[in-house]
Amino acid sequence: MIVVKNICKTYKVARRNAGFGEAVKAFFHRDYETVTALDNISFSINDGETVGYIGPNGAGKSTTIKILSGILTPDSGECLVDGRIPWKNRIEHVAKIGVVFGQRSQLWWDVPVTDSFELLKDIYSIPSEVYRKNRDELSELLDLGDIIRTPARQLSLGQRMRCELAASLLHSPDILFLDEPTIGLDAVSKIAVREFIVRLNSERKTTVILTTHDMQDIEAITKRIILIGKGKILLDGDINDISGNGDIDRAVADLYRSYEI
Amino acid sequence: MKKKSGQSKISAVKVYFHYISIKIRCMMQYKKSFILTSLGQFLSSFNAFVGIFFLFRRFHSIAGYTYSDILLCYSVVLMEFSLAECIARGFDAFSRIVRQGMFDRVMTRPRNEILQVLGDNFEPTRLSKTVQAVIVFVYGTTHAGIDWNLLKVLSCLITIACGTAVFCGIFLINASFCFFTLEGLEVINIFTDGAREYGQYPIDVYGKRMTRFCTFVIPYTLVQLYPLKYITGKSDELILAFIPLAAALFLLPCYALWRLGVKKYKSSGS
Amino acid sequence: MFPVKWKNYKKNISFFRLRFAMCMQYRTAALAGIATQFVWGFMEINVFHAFNNSDPTAFPMKFDQLASYIWMQQAFLALFMTWFMENEIFDCIMDGNVCYELCRPIDIYDMWFARSVANRTSRAVLRCIPILLVAFFLPEPFAMTLPPDILTFICFVISMILGMTVTVAMCMLIYMLSFFTVSPQGLRIIFAMTAELLQGIVIPLPFFPPRVQSILELLPFAAMENVPLRIYSGNICGGEAAKAITLQIFWIIALITIGKVICRLAMKKVTVQGG
Repeated sequence: MIVVKNICKTYKVARRNAGFGEAVKAFFHRDYETVTALDNISFSINDGETVGYIGPNGAGKSTTIKILSGILTPDSGECLVDGRIPWKNRIEHVAKIGVVFGQRSQLWWDVPVTDSFELLKDIYSIPSEVYRKNRDELSELLDLGDIIRTPARQLSLGQRMRCELAASLLHSPDILFLDEPTIGLDAVSKIAVREFIVRLNSERKTTVILTTHDMQDIEAITKRIILIGKGKILLDGDINDISGNGDIDRAVADLYRSYEI
Repeated sequence: MKKKSGQSKISAVKVYFHYISIKIRCMMQYKKSFILTSLGQFLSSFNAFVGIFFLFRRFHSIAGYTYSDILLCYSVVLMEFSLAECIARGFDAFSRIVRQGMFDRVMTRPRNEILQVLGDNFEPTRLSKTVQAVIVFVYGTTHAGIDWNLLKVLSCLITIACGTAVFCGIFLINASFCFFTLEGLEVINIFTDGAREYGQYPIDVYGKRMTRFCTFVIPYTLVQLYPLKYITGKSDELILAFIPLAAALFLLPCYALWRLGVKKYKSSGS
Repeated sequence: MFPVKWKNYKKNISFFRLRFAMCMQYRTAALAGIATQFVWGFMEINVFHAFNNSDPTAFPMKFDQLASYIWMQQAFLALFMTWFMENEIFDCIMDGNVCYELCRPIDIYDMWFARSVANRTSRAVLRCIPILLVAFFLPEPFAMTLPPDILTFICFVISMILGMTVTVAMCMLIYMLSFFTVSPQGLRIIFAMTAELLQGIVIPLPFFPPRVQSILELLPFAAMENVPLRIYSGNICGGEAAKAITLQIFWIIALITIGKVICRLAMKKVTVQGG
């Protein structure tokens, strides 16, 4: 159960003009500009739910994910993930979640994927029998086969993303955060990733929170979407209410336009 | 440097060595380059030794220290530095880690941040430097004409351990700055490479003011000048044998700065 | 023939100016570098001061000569440092992008040469002034002194330009050899280490035993920073200085000729194998 209540988050951005004198001035005194990333965000997500978290670039999606996964501390507001405050007990919290950043790899580049898995086993202190069971299950579900004996740098993007998913699930997390998991993938890989996430959710009852720009992801994986723009939650509801039965991309584009974001 | 992470079943030490074994396996993918880089690293502080050698052919002593004294000092400092490099030079790459957002990944893993950064940035080629330091150390300690006894050996080991800690602390400071400036400070090289370069002579060679700075601001003298006075028999005061232990306290403010940096990272996301 | 040469020359000049402007941007890095070099120079002089105190008769230079030598060395570090080579060039040799460079209507040796000269001078110009300014006003025995007369100074300037040219020509040799090796990095480290010792960075050449010194002075390494710095400080003068400068000119001709020959071989290799 994830409960987020009135979370606010602002960043300070240093400003300075070009020029040597300005650089020296900036050394002693900086002008800051405050940028509001999250403005009074509240929502709650039940166990076993899948939620699509959408919005244009810079709307605050990543900030929310970072707060929920314990990387960032919000300025104010409350947040409880299965009773834990993410930023207070970071180590305890992150042991029970999985995070996939679509743009960044968590595998070690030059060794076979299975070596990375072994290291993750130690990092997460996964008991051997649990580890073996999970690895074999995930290998089968994601059709990893021989892939895991190949160094990560030799894998295609799609193969690597499948390995990333497996890597973030080895420790059987209750919650999985996916930050743009299908970015740059070909059609076959996209479908494989989507089908896997659906199965994961239905078989293991893992809570999935997904950010993406690809509306087909949302359509395939989630029922509920949360739309965020300019740091505010603009909409929280059922995907079918939005799209009707028409073109979802168009429906979302219309939504963005109607909220002027 | 390796902090226990509470209730985890697999020990931090085991995880650290697992990281190292992965890094070595990565390196083995590029064997030729590995060997040549190792060779280069191996030779890298050879020049300093040649410099000392020729200077002493000419002068025979510096500020009351003989060739053997300097040999011991040089080998102890080199040992301290190369061990610290082996353990903590990973912090050198830290500005890149922060800038590219890779620290996010560190934060999502249930382990101490320092353990992860050190493990993940371990450089196997640095090992060759340590091998060189060991050779110089064996040569230096056996040719320094010292009347070794148990207490002196103990003092020497304490000195090396604590000296390593001091250098690690400086690497940690440099990394902590990355949270605030996004770039390490090049000036810090004075305290790392500079200290190795100029630490080959006992610090009182550089005058009183320098000695004071290197005692109270950064405790170099505590892991170099003072214990070596005891080991070479220039002084009998037993306290000098154990004074390096005080230098290890230097790690505390360094660690505090790191915590501050992590806190800053958590609030700004850099 | 002449107009063609002139055009190439102009191209190199504009290349030079572009590089120069780029390097001037990294001011903060330069400031940090200046501070670092200042401390290093200070420590270095301290060590020699202590040696001088323990046995002044064994000191092979006058002490103020040494102080000038060290400060000039720190101030013009960028001109003579051999580990200061360009990663971009190594990268483009390694990944085969050098082919694109070949498309430009300009000799690759000349282009890289101009580029290296620009990089080194822009760095040195930026860094030398503050270091020298402070060094002149330091108390004894750290103070830097002016050269004994104007003729010495002119000789120094000429020899410094020659010295940098030798340094760049040496580095060019390494770039060119990189076409034929698996690990340019290894080559580079070993070259830099050798040069550091033999050109008088670790200890100035007069501090080597006399017989070793007389051999080292004939090597191209000595033609880099050793000659100008010792002319400036007055450690070598008159006929000796003339001999040293002649030797510098000899090494420039020799190194550039060898470099160009290897360059031609390397280009043949690149065009045959496609990089």
